[in-house]
Amino acid sequence: MNRIQATLDNLKAQGRKALIPFITAGDPALDKTVPLMHGLVEAGADIIELGVPFSDPMADGPTIQRASERALKNGMSLRGVLEMVAEFRKTDAATPVVLMGYGNPIEAMGWETFASRCAEVGVDGALTVDFPPEESHEAFEHLQRHDIAPIFLLAPTTDEARIERVAKLARGYVYYVSLKGVTGAGNLDLAAIADKMPQLRKHIRLPIGVGFGIRDGETARKIADIADAVVIGSRIVQEIEHSAPEAVVANVKHFVAGVRAALDK
Amino acid sequence: MRLRTLTYSYPDQSGHFGPYGGIYMAETLIPAVEELRREYLRYRDDPEFKAEFAYELKHYVGRPSPIYHAKRLSEHLGGAQIYLKREDLNHTGAHKVNNAIGQALLAKRMGKKRVIAETGAGMHGVATATVAARFGMECIVYMGADDIQRQAPNVFRMKLLGATVVPVESGSKTLKDACNEAIRDWVTNVETTFYIFGTAAGPHPYPMMVRDFQCVIGNEAKVQMPELIGRQPDAVIACVGGGSNAIGLFHPYIEETSVAIIGVEAGGHGVATGKHAAPLTGDAKVGVLHGNKVYLMQDENGQIIETHSISAGLDYPGVGPEHCLLKDMGRAQYVAANDDEALAAFDALCRYEGIIPALESSHALAHAMKIAPGMAKDKVLLVNLSGRGDKDMNTVARIKGITL
Repeated sequence: MNRIQATLDNLKAQGRKALIPFITAGDPALDKTVPLMHGLVEAGADIIELGVPFSDPMADGPTIQRASERALKNGMSLRGVLEMVAEFRKTDAATPVVLMGYGNPIEAMGWETFASRCAEVGVDGALTVDFPPEESHEAFEHLQRHDIAPIFLLAPTTDEARIERVAKLARGYVYYVSLKGVTGAGNLDLAAIADKMPQLRKHIRLPIGVGFGIRDGETARKIADIADAVVIGSRIVQEIEHSAPEAVVANVKHFVAGVRAALDK
Repeated sequence: MRLRTLTYSYPDQSGHFGPYGGIYMAETLIPAVEELRREYLRYRDDPEFKAEFAYELKHYVGRPSPIYHAKRLSEHLGGAQIYLKREDLNHTGAHKVNNAIGQALLAKRMGKKRVIAETGAGMHGVATATVAARFGMECIVYMGADDIQRQAPNVFRMKLLGATVVPVESGSKTLKDACNEAIRDWVTNVETTFYIFGTAAGPHPYPMMVRDFQCVIGNEAKVQMPELIGRQPDAVIACVGGGSNAIGLFHPYIEETSVAIIGVEAGGHGVATGKHAAPLTGDAKVGVLHGNKVYLMQDENGQIIETHSISAGLDYPGVGPEHCLLKDMGRAQYVAANDDEALAAFDALCRYEGIIPALESSHALAHAMKIAPGMAKDKVLLVNLSGRGDKDMNTVARIKGITL
């Protein structure tokens, strides 16, 4: 069984909510990513979303844009990201890893190579921001063959027919974008998210994660009351950006542990 | 005898031109492009919409734009006759206004009062600012910080017209980064905002819609050329960045297989140097950016690479999906003109014809000047003079070492 499903099933049995932090691979330095991943797990992360940097991150706000730029400047590539996951897997066989990014680096590698490499190194899911279901036929076929879960985004603007369509294709979990905007924006509307949930649940049997705009334990706690998983990205990347290199792992762990504690309250 | 064997109907219903095009966008925007597709298809053949578009093109833009025989330049070259489709004479000085009006009319019908645009050379930004003023809409234009430097007069024009010009400091600070930022704005303000996209690329329906609005260029030419010379030209030639002026001229000629179609990309320092903006000529790999699958300048890891061109309007790593298909079909030929060739063509048109062309259009002219001398004097090349060069005074002066 795919690690994502096992993890989420297990959490559900315990009555707990999943915490899914995001970091960009290669930020702030190539040798910090694997220690950061282990640190996230130690601080209570259930699934790691590992960002594959792209030169033109159109759906991201300034914080993750800067993380991508730093990572690319450090020489990060999709190939390198896969090697990092292999490294991480040497000492962590249990925590699911989802790669998140834009389609072109995968197109350049080829979907079959990508999916088979993912299976080899222990990647569990792939979220391609700019590949909606309409354009994902080829991708889906290769990911399926290697049991890599295709993770799809849903948005406040998604209508019911599309929710139904995504429900049929998605594996692992579904990622609900909690606001109209780019990553890291600050105008989260909890009531609107709660209103949307019944419509999502009507079609989606998979766990639903909510992300974009979640910045602290208190908000995460409120999201956890209505969703199955909480995704936090820009706020963690900010922690990375503002930390001295030697303190970065400790600072990120401290922040994520705080969110974990709030979630488990 | 003329052979007419080609039938051509793209894009398909899902917005693909063969393997190219599509709707590669983040989920938040998919409903927006779907709504746009629906509304455009609703109004595309609506007599009232068509009549209003035609009225604006005639009375506001000043269409039809004339075709002019560049006699002295042709004589100087000693070969084929060069004719110019004078899009530079349009209101706002380029072909961009054709599309901006079409999209603004659609925005009006969709009840959107805020329009956004990306711009490279500034011509699309000026066209959008112009129509926004004309129709009473709020207008935000995203422009790369480097392009703001090299196209200062257009920035001032946009501001005079009431637009807000937002400098984009990320990435290469040129057109592609302006696109990224405009897309981010659209994601955030999707319900109130219409994105007036400037070229025949991006997610479906933009490549089709922008082409349709720009086809006025080729449709006019197909009527004008027989009036002038009793037949169609031997070749139609246009510069290709994203490729909207080119597809506007080319599309009505696709099934006229006796007319050669030539797109001219920006060769920058030379395609062999890697410092260019010529994905079709430079054998770029196919990739996905800004909502569509196209030939795309990228490194081996799929990261988009910086492009180089003297003209901000051609300085873009991709190209519209229909040009990609026309290249694969062999129906159009794509070549490149380098910076220095474009500059030489710019000078020649100034001196021989008293017309100052845009640096973008100078690329198309440069290729015509390259091939004309080897052709018979009764051959005819129709070059799309897509814009005027007033905006390029600073760039050209700097290259010539002159301080204005």
